[in-house]
Amino acid sequence: MNILTLWFHKLGSPPTFYRLAGLLLPWCYGIGLLLGLVALYSGLVLAPRDYQQGDAYRIIFVHVPAAWMSLFAYAFMAANAFIALVWHIKLSEILAMASAPVGAAFTFIALVTGALWGKPMWGTWWTWDARLTSELVLLFLYLGVIGLNAAIEDRRQAARAAGFLALIGVVNLPIVHFSVTWWNTLHQGSTIRLMGPSKIDAAMAWPLLLMALATHIWFFGSVLMRARIALLQLEGGKDWVRKVALDEGAAGG
Amino acid sequence: MKPGGTAGACAALVRRDLTLVWRRRGDALNPILFALMVVALFPLALGPEPEQLRRIAAGIVFVALLLAGLLALDTLFRSDYEDGSLEQLVLSPHPLALLLACKIAVHWLTTALPLIAVAPLLGEMLHLPVAVRGVLLLALLLATPLLSLLGAVCVALTVGMHRSGMLLALLVLPLYVPVLIFGAGACNAAQAGLPFLAPLLWLAAALVLALVLAPLACAAALRISIS
Repeated sequence: MNILTLWFHKLGSPPTFYRLAGLLLPWCYGIGLLLGLVALYSGLVLAPRDYQQGDAYRIIFVHVPAAWMSLFAYAFMAANAFIALVWHIKLSEILAMASAPVGAAFTFIALVTGALWGKPMWGTWWTWDARLTSELVLLFLYLGVIGLNAAIEDRRQAARAAGFLALIGVVNLPIVHFSVTWWNTLHQGSTIRLMGPSKIDAAMAWPLLLMALATHIWFFGSVLMRARIALLQLEGGKDWVRKVALDEGAAGG
Repeated sequence: MKPGGTAGACAALVRRDLTLVWRRRGDALNPILFALMVVALFPLALGPEPEQLRRIAAGIVFVALLLAGLLALDTLFRSDYEDGSLEQLVLSPHPLALLLACKIAVHWLTTALPLIAVAPLLGEMLHLPVAVRGVLLLALLLATPLLSLLGAVCVALTVGMHRSGMLLALLVLPLYVPVLIFGAGACNAAQAGLPFLAPLLWLAAALVLALVLAPLACAAALRISIS
């Protein structure tokens, strides 16, 4: 077996993952928090005012990264669910289910900040625009996955069933992404593009991108944290968990 | 048709399911009564002005039928799961997806088709313009099999659970949203005198896709929840 495959197989084993995640965790939270604070300061204070919207536009520094994360977290969950269903990897089941609540929280933040911005700009908290509706459906899909996962007694069967549901819901991802192009309703089109020039000023773009980076890192920290706890619960009776409990108990008390 | 062949198994399954429905034919009326009552609630809640009702009639009929279908979904695998015949289906040498497709088809025939048959009556209760009736029926004919197929996948995921009703609704309704948008959208477009063919074609395309993929997904989901 070559070294990369060996490393990959080792990473998939719960004790190794638990240890590695524990090492990575403080870094994820630390860097995520630091970058997030810098991005927030530069977005809310340093970035120039918008000529049309004044200071109200500054909510995009939270809204847009949260909305990106809602899609990214779903894609991450679905990819892990796919791996879990095809290759029956326990760790992927755990990671998929760990990312569902985090993604749901980002979706919720995107919807709420959008509503807060919509009230002064559009004159309404909510409108049945294509982007808003599909994002709401995305939240419902997350909640369905979480609900199904919680409803089944057997943890591994629950993760597989909920993961399957997550895979069906992937249909919604392109709909959310392209909704502003396909249906020309109230929500504006994308201003930041990977391909081609963005339509945003560089002074506003960099805090936004920094915040996006911060939310990604924070997301992984959060998922690793949840995955570690879920692993301990799933493997409750095993030797390595007993060892971890004894070690941490000795270190803590 | 050989007795041991796949076609024979499918035919036997269809015959059995139809017989079971026929033996309890009183139950088959329940979704229809439910849809009637839901539709009757709207004029009571919104007031009886025909103008207002006419404007929202197609949407209400669509939603009423969708909810009735949702409540009927539970019966798809319930009794089979309880008497163990569902496990026999999973263990049988014939392709599970095909057998499930037969079950879904029978379920659609016995629950959704009667609902479509009363749809003109429901439309009449809400003063639906006669010109829209044809579009409504066409949209329902395309949308209800799609709803049954999508619903069947979610039912398969929740099949082993007690009290799965509310959870099933939570899983199914987000998936029903696009079908509702296109189906009711076609009716509204027809009512406004706009071209309505595009949403119907979208529905038809989705139906073709679901006809192929949903039974496979349903089989995979069933294997997860029965294992």
